[in-house]
Amino acid sequence: MSPESTRRIVGPFNRVEGDLEITLDIAEGRIAAAYVNSPLYRGFEQILQGKMPADALVLVPRICGICSVAQSAASALALADAAGIEPPKNGRLAANLTLATENLADHLTHFYLFFMPDFARADYAGRPWHAATVERFRATVGSAPNQVLPARARFMQMMGLLAGKWPHTLAVQPGGSTRPLQSSEIFRLHRTLREFREFLETVTFGARLDEVAVIAGRAQLDVWRARPGGGDLRAFLAIAEDLDLWHLGRGTDRFMSYGCYREEDRRLFPAGLWHGAASALDIAAIDEDITHAWYAAAGLPQHPATGSTLPVAEKDGAYSWCKAPRLAGQVVETGALARQVVAGHPLARDMIEGHGGSVAARVVARLLELALVLPAMERWLTELSPGEPWCITAPTAEETLGVGLIEAARGSLGHWITVRRGRIHNYQIIAPTTWNFSPRDAAGQPGALEQALAGLPASATKALPAAIHHVVRSFDPCMVCTVH
Amino acid sequence: MDEARDLIDQCVSGATAVDVLCIEGSLLRGPRGTGGFHRFGGGAKPMIEWVRQIAARARHVVAIGSCSSWGGITAAGINPTDACGLQYDGEAGGGLLGPDFRDPGGLPVINVAGCPPHPDWITETLAALAHGSLRAEHLDDYGRPRFFADQLVHHGCPRNEYYEFKASAHKPSDQGCLMEQLGCKGTQAHADCNQRLWNGEGSCLRGGYACIRCTDPGFEEPGHAFSTTPKIAGIPLGLPSDMPKAWFIALAALSKSATPARVRENATADHMLRAPSVKRTKK
Repeated sequence: MSPESTRRIVGPFNRVEGDLEITLDIAEGRIAAAYVNSPLYRGFEQILQGKMPADALVLVPRICGICSVAQSAASALALADAAGIEPPKNGRLAANLTLATENLADHLTHFYLFFMPDFARADYAGRPWHAATVERFRATVGSAPNQVLPARARFMQMMGLLAGKWPHTLAVQPGGSTRPLQSSEIFRLHRTLREFREFLETVTFGARLDEVAVIAGRAQLDVWRARPGGGDLRAFLAIAEDLDLWHLGRGTDRFMSYGCYREEDRRLFPAGLWHGAASALDIAAIDEDITHAWYAAAGLPQHPATGSTLPVAEKDGAYSWCKAPRLAGQVVETGALARQVVAGHPLARDMIEGHGGSVAARVVARLLELALVLPAMERWLTELSPGEPWCITAPTAEETLGVGLIEAARGSLGHWITVRRGRIHNYQIIAPTTWNFSPRDAAGQPGALEQALAGLPASATKALPAAIHHVVRSFDPCMVCTVH
Repeated sequence: MDEARDLIDQCVSGATAVDVLCIEGSLLRGPRGTGGFHRFGGGAKPMIEWVRQIAARARHVVAIGSCSSWGGITAAGINPTDACGLQYDGEAGGGLLGPDFRDPGGLPVINVAGCPPHPDWITETLAALAHGSLRAEHLDDYGRPRFFADQLVHHGCPRNEYYEFKASAHKPSDQGCLMEQLGCKGTQAHADCNQRLWNGEGSCLRGGYACIRCTDPGFEEPGHAFSTTPKIAGIPLGLPSDMPKAWFIALAALSKSATPARVRENATADHMLRAPSVKRTKK
């Protein structure tokens, strides 16, 4: 901290899953430096040590009440990798459907309940859209939350049939699904998807999903927005233009995706890295730096397959329980925007062209995924074959390793397991928000959010501008996963 | 942010009345009793200190889920964060607030246990408190609302015919009873999951996997792999609630010998191989 700057500690944040605190150094009316702190340690990686490998399927979903299936799916993949098995087709499709249901519900929740209510703040009184935004999006009392919550609950009935319940299912297994579906049940799932499609097309988009899915750039998005049809995305786009949210919250411009939704011979969204151009993802180049996190270190950053988690109460220079994962030493951003940029969606690529990641691009990418994934879910349902196998079993070897990489709503989630003498010897997890909200590393590189906040206007004494909330929430953080 | 901090400060000082303090998540006492593993954002004070102070002011205190009830999953393994519940530490009374804690109306902490608790359990408990109709006799020995805790998960289980005949599933996705091989504790678990149902028409059993007794203290450390039934001499260790062991053994042997072929074959398949036969009453 330079002598002219003032330090402010901001927190707790509401409408964020879990605990978050941000320390801001403010100088000359701007944020000179931001330090993102996760003030909670939970210890799941220590709890998992010594357990039977299959018990991970009970423990890891309980890391989080909103990313529960994502944790299950990553664990099931790691265990399948360790056992050298792959689920039969029905099991693979059921896993896709279960994960997609959670991911889409999370996108909906983020937009309507976590993100949009910030535009109903009194800060914006006087903007042409403010009165309508208060009526529509104000937390708990707006017309949107009261319309969205029943639609979301109805959509989540997918989980009752696919997974028994949500959150914390055990239906997602390394060898497939424990829940065989009969044809009448598949019809009921079709009905639920049709109802959700209807909701999205009338309420969220004011357009058919396929019309949204083919928007190929910012210019086409503007043309689409000018068309009649209403819908909450158009309302957001008007706000984004007025507040210039396309130039707010630029991060690292390095976008990573592990890829997800396995199909016959590919993934619906592929794995990769984007930094001005596409490149392959080198999983071996991931390591976790703990220079500024409260963990005891062997010294150098560790690859998660051989990583450790040893909390310490005090440590010089540490300010978070979040480790700092890096890819080949670089900070990356992960999430729906990264996933679609890596997948090569033309709108996603165009949204970051020139001015990089932004609050608006992250929000639009989430809604774009609603339009892209729901039709895939409809297709997967038609590909299910009652009477064919749903689950296979295979014992886990006494000495083995496994990796499970998937995409949660919030981005790349990885589990690394080592089994020795039939028990879990080591289990390391890197969650999406661990990437996005990481602290600095040994080289002093700030994490993605820390970079996105630097330079924003802020006062040392007055209430902080809403823009800070927009940037923080544009990443859709899940802090309880971060500090598993 | 600042608004949230101001409001919570007012709850501690008593300037803002707290009708119900709902706590989700274990209370983390570590490291070494400092509570430093969980600070509330924006200050140095640990979460357990905030909870102690606001609990002393609140009209009612409700634990939402098994973590804040007894410690839960966070207390599993080596319990690295020294996690406990509000008024229980596993099965032992105590926890953060102590065994003698009572709210101003004389109620202990109300434990809406479960991992997760059914959303209706939460809303119906809060509704009963708002209505002023929840009294001490409506809570069971562990402080759980009896409207759900006086039921067993077994009640309404769609695998009941398989249970009756001890026609057991052997692997995930089999249709048979999960008690004998796959770790199911539904006959002992206190909850109404198979009557109330989850996400429309679901439950653990309907989803094809074992009940792990998640509403009970200590469920996180069953002493065996969660999805495998521990047995001695072929007899499951966890017998159905209130059932004498000798009778269970006798009935199981009898029912196994009487299992219809339809039930036996369907039990180890992932779809129905044999339908119940159709009887004609007129010849």
